[in-house]
Amino acid sequence: MSGARDQVARMLALVPYLQARGEVSLDQASADFGVRPTQIVKDLNVLWFCGLPGLGMGDLIDIDMEALEGEGVIRLSNAEYLTRPLRLGSTEASALIVALRTLRDGGDESVRPVVDRTLAKLEAAAGDGAALAAQVAVQLPESDTVEAARRTDLEAAAREGRQVRLEYYVPARDEATERTVDPLELITAEGHTYLDAWCRTAEGRRLFRLDRISSAEVLDLPVADHSDLPPRDLSEGIFSPSPNDTLATLLLDPTARWVAEYYPVESSVEAGEGRLRVRLRIGDREWLTRLVLRLGGAAVVEDPPELSARVHHAATEALGNYGNGGVR
Amino acid sequence: MAARKSERLLNLLITLLVSRSYVTKERIRSVVEQYREAGDEAFEKMFERDKDELRSLGVPIEVGYLDRAFEDEPGYRIERAAFELPQIDLEPDEAAVIGLAARVWQHAGLASATSDALVKLKAAGVSVDRGMLSTVAPQLTVDEPTFEAFWAATQDRTPVTFEYRTASSAETATRHLQPWGVVSFRARWYVVGLDVDRGAPRLFRLSRVQGQVRTTGRPGSFEVPPGTDIRALTESLAPVPAEHQARLLVRRGAAYGLRRQGELLEGDAPDGWELLGLSYGRTDALADEILGYGADVVVEEPAELRAMVLGRLRKVATVGEAG
Repeated sequence: MSGARDQVARMLALVPYLQARGEVSLDQASADFGVRPTQIVKDLNVLWFCGLPGLGMGDLIDIDMEALEGEGVIRLSNAEYLTRPLRLGSTEASALIVALRTLRDGGDESVRPVVDRTLAKLEAAAGDGAALAAQVAVQLPESDTVEAARRTDLEAAAREGRQVRLEYYVPARDEATERTVDPLELITAEGHTYLDAWCRTAEGRRLFRLDRISSAEVLDLPVADHSDLPPRDLSEGIFSPSPNDTLATLLLDPTARWVAEYYPVESSVEAGEGRLRVRLRIGDREWLTRLVLRLGGAAVVEDPPELSARVHHAATEALGNYGNGGVR
Repeated sequence: MAARKSERLLNLLITLLVSRSYVTKERIRSVVEQYREAGDEAFEKMFERDKDELRSLGVPIEVGYLDRAFEDEPGYRIERAAFELPQIDLEPDEAAVIGLAARVWQHAGLASATSDALVKLKAAGVSVDRGMLSTVAPQLTVDEPTFEAFWAATQDRTPVTFEYRTASSAETATRHLQPWGVVSFRARWYVVGLDVDRGAPRLFRLSRVQGQVRTTGRPGSFEVPPGTDIRALTESLAPVPAEHQARLLVRRGAAYGLRRQGELLEGDAPDGWELLGLSYGRTDALADEILGYGADVVVEEPAELRAMVLGRLRKVATVGEAG
């Protein structure tokens, strides 16, 4: 990074920040600026040589170096010409405004009026700098109010350490399940919100996607101690396939190529005529069967044969429902 | 070294900020110590670079003439009104909301832009205490490497070109675009703009852009048509309104995903089955979904949906046999 450029940017904020507050502890300034205390001291040592043109007596910015070294307190004066920070840059203003709008749509309803007030003030202060924000649109995947309310309930349950009874739909198995969980925390990733919880019914840690929870009842029962559970590692995405899972090979027609973008695949090779041969880890055979059925012939299971037979059997059985001897 | 340069940049800035009129280069040289000590050529170079550096931080340095009668010598100044962040008074809950918003972007560049903005607001006297609001902050993740290039091109109105692959094709095609905006829809990023080759607005999914995005013109070389609504344009991506009705037989104790979207109907159903009514938009999308339930769902109406499901089931059964 360009040291001088970053330092000047910081100093232009530091000078008004310190003057507005009168005196600030070194630790507080370091926390507010997100840099180490030693960096703030370096900045002050530069500022000490800056001031009005000519830099004569009385022109230099005044810093109480004794207070800094002694009590770790910063007092800066004689810089009345720098009492306001630099205006927001276009990317700064737009990034913040887009973030606020996202918060407005994705947070719970109670914060909306606050966000609206904040946006109005920020847009006024940013002026033209906010123009780009109009060119960025964010449509969150889930924004219905039922889910926002559920999110608030589950967060409170996690905070207060209370068990929750969930009705949860598992699409891979087409099952509606009922279970009692100890909520740990809520995670937003890849466009969905999940409840990370210890499932008492399954006796294991599970993730529950909020839009698949059909009801959640917060119970008056305390959760067990889960302080031994490590925080969830999301660096590899929310679902990391296990190396123990079965490896399956699929041949995808052009219309099914999206599978390679949508699911984590181990390998993906062009197979001619726009087709793609992918290998992916299958934790759940029923999930793969449903996927290949959905693809309606645009994907073929090449390996293992057992999975291919399973898909064929499922399709034949479904066909049996129609026509002579079928359901109707 | 960096400290010396920071000192010089800040002293230059203060000189231009406190002056009521344009300051000549000669005057600037006489008051900034390091310029004074440098030789003529070194000073020129240093001064040009310093101005660029301050401008890149967003400092508005104006060029003008001291006296209209003698236009030979330009001067420089920073107009305070353009330099300073206007007054902004935030209530504690508003400041807390800004603190939360600073955590929304999960992208290095934009996350640091929001924290830089936050630092400026703190410098304007705002105290941020995130703890006073308890709400989940949604996150905006950006995994597409080309995001920054499209964001920048949108900001500067610079035309771009890139290689693009459609969902159903292995080949890429070169596209020329005047980017109007970037859009996040269902956790995926898109760029929307005028497709120059087709002469019409188009949407491109960032994950399907191959390789680098190259600029093909100067910043500001096109205008976004007045009245363009990026959100409205995005709606071409949104699901088709559900205006068709389907009647399905669903096996008892199965097809929970479908049951959540429709409602059970009164009527005559075989033993072990129930009748489900469902509104839908796209026939092929519903057919895909029904196929996933295999033998647990049978389509009764409409005929078009029934035929599509049957046709696809036969295809799966046939390719399965061959494999």
